[in-house]
Amino acid sequence: MGELLDLTVAEAAAKIAAGEISAGEYFEAWQGAAAGDELNAYLWSVEDASTYEVQDGPLRGIPVAVKDIFCTEGTPTTAGSRILEGYRPPYTATAVQRLDAAGARVLGKTNMDEFAMGSSNENSAYGPVLNPWDHGRVPGGSSGGSAAVVAGGLAPCAIGTDTGGSIRQPASLCGIVGLKPTYGAISRYGMIAFASSLDQCGPLTRDVTDAALMLSALHGRDPLDSTSVGIEGGIEAPSAEDLSGLRFAVPAELAGDGMEAGVREVFEATLKRIEELGGEVAELPLPHAEHGISAYYVIAPAEASSNLARYDGVRYGARAETAADLLEMYETTRAEGFGAEVKRRIMLGTYALSSGYYDAYYGQAQKVRTKIAEDFRAAFEGFDFVVTPTSPSVAFGLGEKTADPLAMYLNDFFTVPMSLAGIPAISIPAGLAEPAGGGPQLPVGFQIAAPAFAEQKLLEAAFALEQGIGFEARPGGEDG
Amino acid sequence: MPRVIDREQVLHVARLARLRLEDGDVERMTGELSGILEHVDRIAELDLEGVEPTSHVVVLENVLRADEPRPSLAPEQALASAPDPDRGAFRVPSPQADA
Repeated sequence: MGELLDLTVAEAAAKIAAGEISAGEYFEAWQGAAAGDELNAYLWSVEDASTYEVQDGPLRGIPVAVKDIFCTEGTPTTAGSRILEGYRPPYTATAVQRLDAAGARVLGKTNMDEFAMGSSNENSAYGPVLNPWDHGRVPGGSSGGSAAVVAGGLAPCAIGTDTGGSIRQPASLCGIVGLKPTYGAISRYGMIAFASSLDQCGPLTRDVTDAALMLSALHGRDPLDSTSVGIEGGIEAPSAEDLSGLRFAVPAELAGDGMEAGVREVFEATLKRIEELGGEVAELPLPHAEHGISAYYVIAPAEASSNLARYDGVRYGARAETAADLLEMYETTRAEGFGAEVKRRIMLGTYALSSGYYDAYYGQAQKVRTKIAEDFRAAFEGFDFVVTPTSPSVAFGLGEKTADPLAMYLNDFFTVPMSLAGIPAISIPAGLAEPAGGGPQLPVGFQIAAPAFAEQKLLEAAFALEQGIGFEARPGGEDG
Repeated sequence: MPRVIDREQVLHVARLARLRLEDGDVERMTGELSGILEHVDRIAELDLEGVEPTSHVVVLENVLRADEPRPSLAPEQALASAPDPDRGAFRVPSPQADA
């Protein structure tokens, strides 16, 4: 049993395809593991798998944990919000359908920050997820449940969504691989909208090979999402052995203060590793990247305030029962149904879009976004990749940053610029570091960003670096 | 230091957003939004005259499809999650309290 759970997705899929293990046996083993969730990582998990019909495909028999932001027909889908408690969607998200068609099967729905707004999973209406490395710490967010189940041995792989870092940051804090593909690589149909111009689905996995395998099943143009285009040429298993001839840019503007000493140490050691593997590392200006947070916290809340207008107690979800008239019903339903962070962002976004402020906030932020995208394009003229730490710190303590929204937002400092530019970026575990306040060592993620739709190239480099680093530490285990 | 956004503005925005705020929430929200907006206001100082605002990050033009009828959700499916479905429609409280 334990041996089954030790297999990577690629290994398990190969064994299932070769008939060495049965799909049913493998799924049941993971069901058993998921049932032992002590991290509050699952909001729902499949109980009866007997009706499971295995589709033939590259992911035949693979259980997948799905962030609770993806609609799944007939099973609860809450987006971590009280306002969608008990909601069972009448249709399934394209991303989940594509995994199904490739032979995979939903193992459970994972906990998350409400409507994907947060960097610690503490904004879930259903309680925070605990970091499998240290139950007193956050797993990151907003895809905190998806990261925790993979790191904690409760699922072999997961999908999440990334709007400003929500796949990469929790992957970093949990010591696993998280990939945010290019905007448009994967359909957003059936993915509950937060900020539509930024939201993108992606895999959270144990290693880069598994990320590639999942991306190959997930990507593609979908007639139900007119912004989806897929990845031309498809995705194959990465096999690069070194980084020779590749140039890695370190943005000077993103290497400043605010980074924990331990994170900086691991980051610098990883840059050396890149050079040992034949890659070239140089500093490069990315002058507008430091304004990413400001632009992001205008654009994302603005889009959210519009997207979340649909939760009004009329067509689905909770409704406040005591209201005397329609307006009061709307206002009370939303006051009772949304948590503090969601309200904050709705207010921020509504303000930024309101008459008299639109140009100063939203207009200006979209111009900053243009400049950030231009900075990246210029960088990619001389470099293959841009690299940063994924997060300025290792996993922080539960409750440590909840009192200061802005401090929480600054967690996204390294991940937001890529989101604004729409380019792909991956976080891979690069080492362990002691938290600033002391304590046992925790994982540190290394972020690699590539030009739009250069996912194959990105995965090749991440694979070569992953092999070079040889990160094998597991929560609660010996150092690798 | 004067706040970027005051109590009256917060109440106005809450009305626009159809969000009822309790008295205590208004005070806290005013402080928090002011703090965030102060940070965000740094981009107001950038000279971006003539820069085209981003409308979409991937170059896409005229994504069209054939205008063909296709199945959609049946009415009973669309109403299945409604808090108060009634004869094929969504029932809501009256817009006027005493109507």
